[in-house]
Amino acid sequence: MRWGVLQFPGSCDERDAVNACERTSAEARLVWHEERDLDGIDAVVVPGGFSYGDYLRAGAIARFSPAMEAVSEFAAAGGPVLGICNGFQVLCEAGLLPGALLLNESLRFTCRQLDLIEESSVELTTPEGGKVDTRLSIPAKHGEGRYYAPDGMLDELEERGQVAYRYAPGQNPNGSARDIAGVRNERGNVVGLMPHPEHAVDPLTGSTDGLRVFEAVAAAGVAA
Amino acid sequence: MPRARVLIRPKEGILDPQGKAVERALPALGFEGIEHVHVGRMVELDVEDPARLGELCEKLLANPLIEDYEIEQLDGAA
Repeated sequence: MRWGVLQFPGSCDERDAVNACERTSAEARLVWHEERDLDGIDAVVVPGGFSYGDYLRAGAIARFSPAMEAVSEFAAAGGPVLGICNGFQVLCEAGLLPGALLLNESLRFTCRQLDLIEESSVELTTPEGGKVDTRLSIPAKHGEGRYYAPDGMLDELEERGQVAYRYAPGQNPNGSARDIAGVRNERGNVVGLMPHPEHAVDPLTGSTDGLRVFEAVAAAGVAA
Repeated sequence: MPRARVLIRPKEGILDPQGKAVERALPALGFEGIEHVHVGRMVELDVEDPARLGELCEKLLANPLIEDYEIEQLDGAA
């Protein structure tokens, strides 16, 4: 299993993403934004930070990069793609995920550890047959993370199981519609979220729940 | 080359916290009686073929899901 982690001018969480991939016992390498070659890569991270100054709207310019063209083809072929924070914004701008991210309702940059509820279409059980805890402790840090889609589209996303992560009740940091923190495409192989699973991979910083996000996306690839 | 101006604003009904913040600041400066403030963007450009401006707005300058736009031709060239 080998991840490719995109690197735009302005990315700043790509090395943490590589580290996170490696902690799931996978290999990972950086993919420069001018590269168009994803040969030998089984899954892609579009990382957090910034991209091309985020002029116009966050992610609006990055979607036209050669690497993103390659990612669009990769996703269309069923390859697993994980977008984090700015990467989530890029995937929405590229039309690979539904909706858009707007300025936080508070207009303040938010940076805090919070709980996410993982919404899975698959019923998970522990080896003893118990219910798996779907609450993940993961940090969020962004100024433009308010998930928005028109009501009709939100209803459709919920019906089709495309809401991947929600902020735990009372913890929505940005005014996102219906507490949505992350969504997946209809096929399930492209996932984006605002919080940063790559910063929650070491007990030293309080949580290793982020690894589950990487593992879940790696498993979400559709066999080509 | 004809010059054009594109005005981009948050779609009606979408919470615009920037507009709200500006609106709330005004009374402190003595500006009363101002409401429904919205903050958007303006892009000015020279364009060889103004007929393509709509497509340009849909694809890059605006995000049609969250923003409305208006195109103004500045020097009357159609």
